Formats: sequence, C-alpha cells, structure tokens
Amino acid sequence: MAKTTAQIVETDPGASLLVSPGPHIHAPISTQSAMLTVIASLLPAAGVAVYLFGWPALGVMVASIAGAMITEALCLWARKRPILLWDGSAALTGLLLAFTLPPQLPLWMAFLGGVVGIGIGKHAFGGLGSNPFNPALVGRAFLTVSFAAPMSTWPRPFDGVTGATPLVEIAATGTYSDLWSLVTGATGGSLGETSAVALVVGGIALILKGIVDWRIPVGIIGTTAIFALLAGVDPIAHVLSGGLLLGAFFMATDWVTSPITRKGKWIFAVGIGVLTMVIRLWAAAPEGVSFAILLMNGATPLINMMTRPKGSGKGVNGK
Amino acid sequence: MMASQVEKKPNVYLEDLSEGLWKRTPPLFTALGMCPSLAVTTAAVYGMAMGLSTTVVLVGSTVLISLFRRAIPRQTRIPIYTVAVATLVTITELVLKGFFPEIHQVLGLFIPLIVVNCIILGRIESFAAQHTPARALADSLGYGLGFTWALTLIGAIREILGAGTLFGLRVMPAAFVPWAIMRTPAGAFWTMGILVGVITLWRQRGAARRVTIPGVGLQRMREAAEGGETA
Repeated sequence: MAKTTAQIVETDPGASLLVSPGPHIHAPISTQSAMLTVIASLLPAAGVAVYLFGWPALGVMVASIAGAMITEALCLWARKRPILLWDGSAALTGLLLAFTLPPQLPLWMAFLGGVVGIGIGKHAFGGLGSNPFNPALVGRAFLTVSFAAPMSTWPRPFDGVTGATPLVEIAATGTYSDLWSLVTGATGGSLGETSAVALVVGGIALILKGIVDWRIPVGIIGTTAIFALLAGVDPIAHVLSGGLLLGAFFMATDWVTSPITRKGKWIFAVGIGVLTMVIRLWAAAPEGVSFAILLMNGATPLINMMTRPKGSGKGVNGK
Repeated sequence: MMASQVEKKPNVYLEDLSEGLWKRTPPLFTALGMCPSLAVTTAAVYGMAMGLSTTVVLVGSTVLISLFRRAIPRQTRIPIYTVAVATLVTITELVLKGFFPEIHQVLGLFIPLIVVNCIILGRIESFAAQHTPARALADSLGYGLGFTWALTLIGAIREILGAGTLFGLRVMPAAFVPWAIMRTPAGAFWTMGILVGVITLWRQRGAARRVTIPGVGLQRMREAAEGGETA
C-alpha cells in the first residue's frame, strides 16, 4: 500500500490536495489516499440510499462508476498516460454522479452519464487536475438536458411510487411540513442527496481529516440560509432539501475546480449560495445547486487571479 | 512575372482545391463560419443545404471578383465585394424559397446571413482578389465543398444522436432514446470539438512522415517564401 502511494505521488506530481498559493509544506498524502477518504465519507449516504430506494439505487451507483472508470481507462490509454485507475478519482466521479441521479434511472443512462462526465468533462480538458468543471456535474448536466423526463421522475422511499420532491412543496409554500424527514432522508429526491445527517457526518469527517476546506461548505450553507431569510422563505427547509448539502460538502469542494485562496473560496461559496437560491426561487427549475456550482467553476480561474496574494515586500498595488 | 511560372505548374489547381477541401476545412480547421455551423446543423440535410448554398455564393463571388480584380479600386473594394456577395445571396435565397421551401423555412435567417460569412470575404480578400479566375474557382470550390462536408458530417452526427435518424430515415433501434442536448448549440460545440480532436489525432499519426507544414501546400509555401504572389 505504502509503495503504491509513493508511486502515484511520483508519477503524478501535478496532483495536489488542499490547493493553496505557495509557500508549501510537503504532506504525506496522495491522490489515492485523499480520493479513497472521500469515497469512504460518502459511504454512509450510499448506505442510506440503498436502504431507502433498494437495489435500483445500488444498480445506478454501479453503472455510473463503471461508466466513469471504463472511460477513464480508455482515455488514459488513448492519451498514452499511465493508467492510474486505482487512484480512485474516476470512481469518485462516478459515485458523486450517481448521488445526483434519480434512484430508478435506467442503468444505461447512469453509465452514459459517467462516460460523458469523464470523457468530455475531464479528459477533453487534459485529465486529472486540468478540468475546469466538476466532471460529475458535467455528466449530470448532460443527462438533465438530454433526458428531461427520466431525470425528473422521483420515486418515494420504500414503496417506489413516484411523486413530487420536497423542493416542489418548498417552492410553492416557502417551507416544508416534515422537516425531520429532510434530516433522516426519508423523502423523494436524488439518490444520495436526501439524508442530511449522513451527508453532514461524511462532510465533517472530511473537514477534520483536512481533505476539504471548511470555508466552502460553511460559505454555501450560510449564504443560502441568509438569502432564504431575506427572501422570506424557510432557511432550514432550503438548506436541508435538494442537493445543497451534497453540493456544499462534496461537489463544490473539488480541489481542481474551486479557488485556491481563502478569500477566493469565500467568494466562490457565496456565489454558489446566491445562484442556488436565485435558481430555486425565480427560475423554471426547482433545483439549482448543480448549475450554480458549474457556473462558479467557470468563474474559478478569474477568482484565483483576482485574489492572488501579494508577495512579501510587495506594495499596495502588488508591484 | 512569378505568376506565369507558378501557373505553369500542373498541380497548382489541385493544391488550391485541397487546401479548403481537407487541409484547412472550415469550420473544423479554420474557425470561420461558426455561426451557421452551430445554428443550422441539427440534421444532415440542413447542414448539406447550408454548405451548398454557401458554396454557390462563394464560388460565384470569388470568380466574379477575380475577373474584375484589376478594375476594382483598392479603397472601395470591401463595398464592392459586399455588393457582389449580396447579389448572389439574394439569388440563392430566391432559388431556395422557390424550389425547396421546407429547407428555406428551417435555414431561415441564416441564408441572408451568408453575406457576412467570414469564409466568403476571407477567400475574396486573401485569394481571389490576387489570383486568376481559374485559381479562384479551384480555391473557392475547395473551401465551399470542405464547408459542405464538414457541416453535413456535424449535422449527421447530431441527427443520429439527437433524433435517431439520418437524412430523415430511422437508423437507430426503436429503443433508442434521443439525446436532446445534441439538438442544442451545446451539442453542436461538442460534436465539432470531438471531430477536430479525432481528425487531428489521426493526422498526427502521419505527421512524422510529412515534410510540408500541415495545412499549407508546397506551392503556397514557396509563394509565401518569395513574398507572396501578385497577379
């Protein structure tokens, strides 16, 4: 194990974890160990998904991961790169993508989402570390735009009868009648997004392990809550519902597609929170987390440039 | 003059033809004419119609300008080019409207917009205005037919994935669910990007054996080295 890790660090020097401007201290952490930690932190939510939605949910996860990993291997082979399939980055993309999909999606669609996410979202831009947009969300955006009906068919937990997600009620009334079900996850919704408690447990574990920066989830959740308060809707319902927690802890914190400076992370997080609420309250779609994150991913290079720290001894104008 | 020497070369017309037809095919390898390429290529037949309409205008206007290249004053050349192009576009539009009303309805505004297609003004200004009508014909035919095949190919891929048909005929199995994104301009960008990538990869395989600069024929390289030809 130790040897594999060392090899990966050696062959993939561009991979970095908690990305920040220099100076740097070397840390004994590799792409593989970080990816595997994130996957492990997602397992509680995955377990809840299978418990709530049954075997179809597991099938969607397997299909999406398979699509992502097979495409990763093919792209690395075609680009004549070492096939570092076991660094776990493709598996993580596949798992995150599955979390954003309806639990009873046809398996081939989940597979295709993984293929598009990795092929177009990641390798078309140069592979690990070079993609401007979160690959899992690129896959989801592709599926949402392409297959509107199956991508908005939400089964209820346990019985699988399709119905409206809490977001529809929240959009109509500004609050939700059964807040406790949002905490446990016993509501309709995307496969891995329903259980607030499972996502928060995984997310806090990642923050404590130093894998993700607390500023991004705190910024997103805080902005969403404040925005909801100002708009006169229930902040608790808005924070706990939809893909907000999943996005805040696991998607927006992607090292590659989020800003590297602290100030930049705050700007990024506030932008996601505001865009999410704007889409939820005033756009045609009931949920906007994934598009909000994709839009702020696009702004990340600009944010990095704007928040570049001054070097020691540099004047007020950075000169 | 250099011109007479150059035009004795038997392969010069082929070289002129092949530049646009394959080496610098717009919009794939010359990023001109992007607007119609993304907007109207939802089906193969529309891509082909757009390409052929553009070809007619391109060939007509470049030959026309080439014939009058010594008579056109340098200061007013752009308005003159535009008048020539606009005349041909009007003719093309009326012909389409009269004989292919369905296609005309889909291509709509993009037919009059051929007037401002940069491929046309580009070929007139950079080639036809300095070369004989015969060479202008070869050059514009290459670019026009290149544009046509590229648009037809983009249209075919988008039609197969976005509707499951090709030239209106069902080609995908009944269980196939069309990918709606391929009918949007985003799908056109994807298709174009992937085509450029795949063809470039394929070209790079043979690049080691090639002595010429990719995209430029030997004759044109020589012309460039000699400071350009002025007919």
